[in-house]
Amino acid sequence: MGLENTLFESLPEVLTVKLDAVVNWARKSSLWPATFGLACCAIEMMNTVSSRNDLSRFGAETFRASPRQADVMIVSGRVSRKMAPVLRRIYDQMPEPKWVISMGACATSGGVFDNYAIVQGVDKIVPVDVYVPGCPPRPEMLVHAITMLQDKIMKESTRDRRDTFEPESRVSIVPGTLPVTEGTALEKETEVEVAQNEVSRPYTVPARHERRRTS
Amino acid sequence: MADTAALHKFVEKLRAQNAAWVDDVIDALGEVSVVVPREAIVDVCRTLKEQHGFDMLADLCGADRGPEEDPRFVVNYHLFSTKHYNRLRLKVRVSEDDAKIHTVSQIWRTADWHERETYDLFGVVFEDHPDLRRILLPSDFDGHALRKDYPLRGYEPYSMN
Repeated sequence: MGLENTLFESLPEVLTVKLDAVVNWARKSSLWPATFGLACCAIEMMNTVSSRNDLSRFGAETFRASPRQADVMIVSGRVSRKMAPVLRRIYDQMPEPKWVISMGACATSGGVFDNYAIVQGVDKIVPVDVYVPGCPPRPEMLVHAITMLQDKIMKESTRDRRDTFEPESRVSIVPGTLPVTEGTALEKETEVEVAQNEVSRPYTVPARHERRRTS
Repeated sequence: MADTAALHKFVEKLRAQNAAWVDDVIDALGEVSVVVPREAIVDVCRTLKEQHGFDMLADLCGADRGPEEDPRFVVNYHLFSTKHYNRLRLKVRVSEDDAKIHTVSQIWRTADWHERETYDLFGVVFEDHPDLRRILLPSDFDGHALRKDYPLRGYEPYSMN
């Protein structure tokens, strides 16, 4: 993280393009996932790793239990509101460069669980790079997601994930990921805007089966 | 299915011991449920466990009959006897204004977490419980989620702030 960026910043563009290719190739070919199997999608993730669909042929050689040694976090399963801060903490403990794959319908958007307990999409907590739909997605779909992520990594530039001052690093520069705006000036601006336009109404849009029909 | 006769014998024994213990008996679908008044539940449970062999509390759960009903909540105790191989259900009706029952966790230790779950999801307070706090929902959750007037989707979408 530190050395190649300081090195690259001092080099002219034409050289960094070539070095980008090498660095990105190295990063994509050895993506080590962090085990974050929460629910049923974790079973399919286990299937992807086992011998029939072998994920380690794509570089995901080991699933590291410690987030400090992992590159990509595959959020597989529904995330409850109780689990959400834990998920965020594990994501924060991963060192840069890091990516997130949201596996399954529940991690992508809450899935079938549109209720008080489940977070409607893990992208409300961490920035996601690849979404995999399915309930659960087949192992081949997760393999495809890893290859998609690898293509995405190849297009990255090392300047995107440089060490920066705290406020600047929280704004997303990598296209396609959500910016982390907590604690930045952007968040304060949006809070002011929201407070001005606020309509006081609880979030009680009734679910489909709750809407009474006058018979 | 024919075991309801044996279960009714237990109910009669309870009645013989103290007539105030049995409010009502419901016999349906091969199962016997006894409605017990709130003050008597600990005595009934202790008697059933020690004298009549209902040594296992299979489940303790709450139910919400709806905000218009009174009493609003029902706490169900599912007892199982490994000696007689029989199941008995006890129901305690609790009204919303005074949603308190004495705990049975000193009789069966499994009641500890089941009562925490009932408290968490319905708001029924168990007196003398060793550690009554939320177990399933987050500790800072506002409200009791399985009540009939709690909306399915909750009140606010999740936000990290």
